Amino acid sequence: MANVIRAIEALADVIIANKEKLTELDAAIGDADHGINMARGFEAVKAKLKTAQPDDIGAVLKLVGMTLISTVGGASGPLYGTAFLRAAAIAQGKTTVDGPMAGQMLAAAITGIKERGKAVQGEKTMLDALEPAYNAFQYGLSMNKTMAECLELAVNAAQDGVEYTKTIIATKGRASYLGERSLGHQDAGATSSYLILAALTQLAKKQSQAGEP
Amino acid sequence: MVGIVIVSHSAKVAEGIRELALQMAAPNQQILAAGGMADQSIGTDAMLIKDAIVAANSGDGVVVMVDLGSAVLSAELAIEMLEDQALLVKIADAPILEGTIAATVEASVGRSLSQVVATAEGARDMHKQS
Ligand SMILES: Nc1ncnc2c1ncn2[C@@H]1O[C@H](COP(=O)(O)OP(=O)(O)O)[C@@H](O)[C@H]1O
Ligand SMILES: [Mg+2]
Repeated sequence: MANVIRAIEALADVIIANKEKLTELDAAIGDADHGINMARGFEAVKAKLKTAQPDDIGAVLKLVGMTLISTVGGASGPLYGTAFLRAAAIAQGKTTVDGPMAGQMLAAAITGIKERGKAVQGEKTMLDALEPAYNAFQYGLSMNKTMAECLELAVNAAQDGVEYTKTIIATKGRASYLGERSLGHQDAGATSSYLILAALTQLAKKQSQAGEP
Repeated sequence: MVGIVIVSHSAKVAEGIRELALQMAAPNQQILAAGGMADQSIGTDAMLIKDAIVAANSGDGVVVMVDLGSAVLSAELAIEMLEDQALLVKIADAPILEGTIAATVEASVGRSLSQVVATAEGARDMHKQS
């Protein structure tokens, strides 16, 4: 439980620290607000976590989802909001997370994003980071790797996915207005998804070194 | 009477369209603006939209008018979050200003939700010069 709250705080801090960078990426092919949106959302999440007393991981993730929905503002609000709410449904009543459950949460989050945004991989969105990350995570699980190791595989795949977004044309979201002019630019949402996974991986590594579950 | 919710990234746009629509509205017709974020910044807020849908419903359902891309995402999420899943609500695939005016007139004479939505969507083909 405390681990999960710490994980949310860690990913909030990474997003807030990268506010400028994410906004710059969105400026090139969007409306220059992704970092501002996401930082505003995660500042609100941090503030709420200070006073809330969630009973289980589901409640923590629900709080995150609901807060993002009403504070982020851009497309990433309903998309990440839906993702966290779907993951929350898996974690309802749970106070610990193991590898398979983390995989299920990631799968549910991705399904939620796809249903909400009606995008698929290859359209220059956050899905281009998240889907390969999920596949790598599941591969790690099938090789009996630890959660930290699985996350490491996932984050590397997400990074490749972010690079891949430079080579494709946006067909969803605001960047799609630019058509071919979106080529060569890295997608902001894929980058924030990568940053979130990177923060979780960092923390999982630290915790496994410290011998925590 | 079918209620109308106007969803724009800008609170001013939503409020302005509401003002124009009210000129064509029947007394007591429910037309609500759900634009921008609670802290006045640009964006859409599914919670705000959800509350507006509930408030706009007088039993005959609600049509939701939307502006750019992610307004649709927030409106769909708002509908998914409604406690009363029996509440009739539809997002019109229509230009937000012309569609709202057309929907207002259609709703004001007591037409059904599907008729109001169809009329709003018909505004896509309205011409300003013949
Ligand atoms: N339909 C969609 N499905 C998945 N991701 C999307 C979709 N539309 C936009 N995105 C993601 O959201 C990011 C933009 O977020 P943000 O700037 O906060 O919203 P907005 O585009 O409304 O300004 C994009 O970089 C992209 O990754
Ligand atoms: Mg943007």
